Amino acid sequence: MRKIWWKILCIVIIFYVIVMGFMGPVPHLAIINESIRNTYYHVALWLAMTFLLFVSMIFSVKYLNKGKIGDDDIASELAKSAIFFGILGCLTGSIWANYTWGDPWPNDPKLNGAAVGILIYLAYLLLRTSFEDEQRRARISSVYNIFAFAVFIPIIYILPRLTDSLHPGSGGNSTFGSYDFDNNIRKVFYPAVIGYILLGLWLAELRIRMKRINRVREETQTF
Amino acid sequence: MNEIKTLIWKEVTLEWRQKYALSGMLLYVVSTVFVCYLSFNLRRNQLTPIVWNTLFWIILLFTAVNAIAKSFSQERYGRLLYYYNLCSPQAIIISKIVYNSFIMIMLSTMGFIFYAFVMGNPVGDMTLFAICILLASLGFASVLTLVAGIASKADNSATLMAVLSFPIILPMLLMTIKLSKNALDGLDWSVSSDEISTLLSIDLIVITLSFLLFPYLWRS
Repeated sequence: MRKIWWKILCIVIIFYVIVMGFMGPVPHLAIINESIRNTYYHVALWLAMTFLLFVSMIFSVKYLNKGKIGDDDIASELAKSAIFFGILGCLTGSIWANYTWGDPWPNDPKLNGAAVGILIYLAYLLLRTSFEDEQRRARISSVYNIFAFAVFIPIIYILPRLTDSLHPGSGGNSTFGSYDFDNNIRKVFYPAVIGYILLGLWLAELRIRMKRINRVREETQTF
Repeated sequence: MNEIKTLIWKEVTLEWRQKYALSGMLLYVVSTVFVCYLSFNLRRNQLTPIVWNTLFWIILLFTAVNAIAKSFSQERYGRLLYYYNLCSPQAIIISKIVYNSFIMIMLSTMGFIFYAFVMGNPVGDMTLFAICILLASLGFASVLTLVAGIASKADNSATLMAVLSFPIILPMLLMTIKLSKNALDGLDWSVSSDEISTLLSIDLIVITLSFLLFPYLWRS
């Protein structure tokens, strides 16, 4: 029972988000209508992904400073669960776009940026598989991970704002928060972000533990 | 400073001794441009400025990837070890970036001259276009130098180079295409000041990151 409380919290929050997300009161807006409920899934997934990638980058920096292989395990597994969230975010966004903009993949700079961002991190996974030596792989992919995050943020959050985009907060559209984020949405949205972050950490934690056990087993076999 | 100057000079002499590399790159640009020219030959009138622009930058992108990919892999392992003992990693990455930018500026200028020669020259504002070529060469060189350093450590470095660099270089490429479109149309400079500053800041971020991260890469 030592470290189980946050897993229970995660399950409770996610159930709360699912139930309140479909049943709770939402503001009624033109065009968006009931699809505003997707904010809880699509937007929250993206925020959770960015957070996970940020933590992954921090662990890469930590690895380069200290050189402990465990930090690199954490960084890579966090990146993996972030990619999983990214793909889910794309899918939920695609459903939303289909009903509000009339096209599952409209030619929008933010969408294309998101696709490029996922490509960058898939390239990171590819880079990891092309090394035999563990320390070498850890060092080089940490360098790439930091570099990738520094490029990823402008692609997703800065460049779309400079051009015209269908998304709120870009090209003269005001952000969501300024006009229609009422308290009913906030009550579900913030827990949703926290819940997804916890779920991502949980996914990563399981795989990290698996990696650690495998490493110990390999070591005991050789000696 | 002295160290960097010597290293750049070393790169130049090295390049001069094996002339096939540089002339090979020049021939690569020329033949790619010629292939594009022949492919569009049937419908010359359909070559709108947008197509002209995009084609030019894609040719340059591939040239850059090919030219810079060799900057780490051409030297033998023993020699790299020798440099490792002699100089600081910062000096090495700066000298490589400066040298590669120089090569890129040369290649893209030559490429542009030949491209304009066969495909026609719709550029309205030559100065702005020159600035665009300059910024793009600098940016391509600095991103690709670090990626070449990463890729050269792996086994299948040719594929890895393309896979790692294309998504990273994309925002830079899009900004460049936009800026050069403004130059083609001969728009006022105030319209494109946004793009110039974004390109400059991306270049700066990339160069600072390479400067900070390269020592870790070098150690392995």
